[in-house]
Amino acid sequence: MWEIGLAHYLTVAAILFTLGLMGIFLNRKNVIVILMSIELMLLAVNINLVSFSTFLNDLVGQIFAIFVLTVAAAEAAIGLAILVVYYRNRASIAVDDINAMKG
Amino acid sequence: MTELPVMMPASPEIFLACAAMAMMMVGVFVKAENAYRVVSTLAIVALVFAGGLVLHVGGGRQEALFGFFVVDDFAVFMKVLILIGSVVALIMSEGYVQREKMDRFEFPILVTFATLGMLMMVSANDLLSLYIGLELQSLSLYVVASFQRDSIRSTESGLKYFVLGALSSGLLLYGCSLIYGFSGTTQFDTLALALTGDDTSKGLIVGIVFLIAALAFKVSAVPFHMWTPDVYEGAPTPVTAFFAVAPKIAAMALFLRTMLGPFGDLVADWGQIIWLVSVASMLLGAFAAIAQSNIKRLMAYSSIGHIGYALMGLAAGNEEGLKGVLIYLAIYLIMNVGVFACILSMKVQNRMVENITDLAGLGKSNPAMAVLLMVLMFSMAGIPPMAGFFGKFFVFMAALNAELYALAIIGAVSSVVGAFYYLRIIKIMYFDEPVEAFDKVETMGLRGVMIVSGLLTAVLFIYLPGITDPATAAAASLFGG
Repeated sequence: MWEIGLAHYLTVAAILFTLGLMGIFLNRKNVIVILMSIELMLLAVNINLVSFSTFLNDLVGQIFAIFVLTVAAAEAAIGLAILVVYYRNRASIAVDDINAMKG
Repeated sequence: MTELPVMMPASPEIFLACAAMAMMMVGVFVKAENAYRVVSTLAIVALVFAGGLVLHVGGGRQEALFGFFVVDDFAVFMKVLILIGSVVALIMSEGYVQREKMDRFEFPILVTFATLGMLMMVSANDLLSLYIGLELQSLSLYVVASFQRDSIRSTESGLKYFVLGALSSGLLLYGCSLIYGFSGTTQFDTLALALTGDDTSKGLIVGIVFLIAALAFKVSAVPFHMWTPDVYEGAPTPVTAFFAVAPKIAAMALFLRTMLGPFGDLVADWGQIIWLVSVASMLLGAFAAIAQSNIKRLMAYSSIGHIGYALMGLAAGNEEGLKGVLIYLAIYLIMNVGVFACILSMKVQNRMVENITDLAGLGKSNPAMAVLLMVLMFSMAGIPPMAGFFGKFFVFMAALNAELYALAIIGAVSSVVGAFYYLRIIKIMYFDEPVEAFDKVETMGLRGVMIVSGLLTAVLFIYLPGITDPATAAAASLFGG
């Protein structure tokens, strides 16, 4: 039988993080998807922190993870608020429409 | 009985947090039409008082809150710069904010919260407090950028800033998690001890690279600069003025403290990254700005270039380099607030001056302002005896003494290229025919900021130790001197 070790957790976290990163850059449709990708990145970091914390027998990582969760919630709230304000002005949240400034 | 944590060194931050919350209450209970003026005045008073507390707590290494928070000469120097930047930004925004109907009392409060976050960043002595400070600052700034909520450009700049800022926070956190995992600690002092050996693990290096990428984002260094021009152009001008100084200085302070503190022994590893980032920033700042026609966009590229010069000192990675960066940042602050005060106090046919060509004929229609802008532009270009020259002088000296000859040469070349667009502004002011008449919309505060900044820029060389002495002390404190 396989033993699930630290490397497995780190791999999952790395994959999730990369997916989040790709979601931001490859997504051409919708800003909401970008917000979801950001969440995904932060949660991948949490997996990292918690697994390190378990394997190091050190609580700091879990405390860090809880702080990250809290801040991520605040960040999502502000992101959505800005998105709502933007939608009122532009009547669209398509990524391609965010182009008032260029250069 | 459990002991209370030591809190005195953090008293400026604690005071600002309480003051900001109290101001929210005041803003709600004061009559709506007065709310902005009252809260803005209170915020300025609170920030000045916090500055007094910072000086009262003073230098000398003091830890607080179980080692999460540290105060030293470096922190005091940076905090004073940041507080000056925030206070000046609030003073400058007064007229503009009222004209553009964005005079809601949340604005000064958000600036106060952002400043609080910056002070925490400067004093962070742990990856956790670093993250919290950084997020407090960033979250406030996202909102401030989109504060003109009826304007499509302001909200768009807020949105862009948010997405890219959140991305950089993600990178920062991933880096932090790797550093934590491969060293077993988040505390800077313990990290420094753990990293003295020669065999640093690959995971740790990857973590540091992520951290550098995220911090480069926050200081808007190439290749992570793409948000800067858009955010500077779209955000309301006083907000741009704020963005250009205080958050830059705070992020730079964080950069310096993390790189030279816990990772100081790995300078051979990260030095080359900083070298590349510095070169790229200087070159992009110099070349991309040439094609710009919008002043705020031009200032964005100019600030990217300036960050490149400042990073030159970090690339040197020693005490002299750090001293150069500190002097550079102080002078950068003085010059930048002056330029933005000029931009904010001119109006052409009922709109703010936005394009460089709007400045045509300023030399005739408003000679005083033109002289001031000329002094500032000469200083930005680094022409002696203006202040900007000395900023560049100290970082170049540090780079040369650290035998980074290529870096210094590229820096000199890009500074010559950069001089082109600064001088072009002077040419437009004095030699082009005026297209439209100017309206002056300066407030008392703006005039004060312009005069002080212009004077300091022009005559700083008379009393240079006024800046170099505190910078030397601050640099020594970070190197355990």
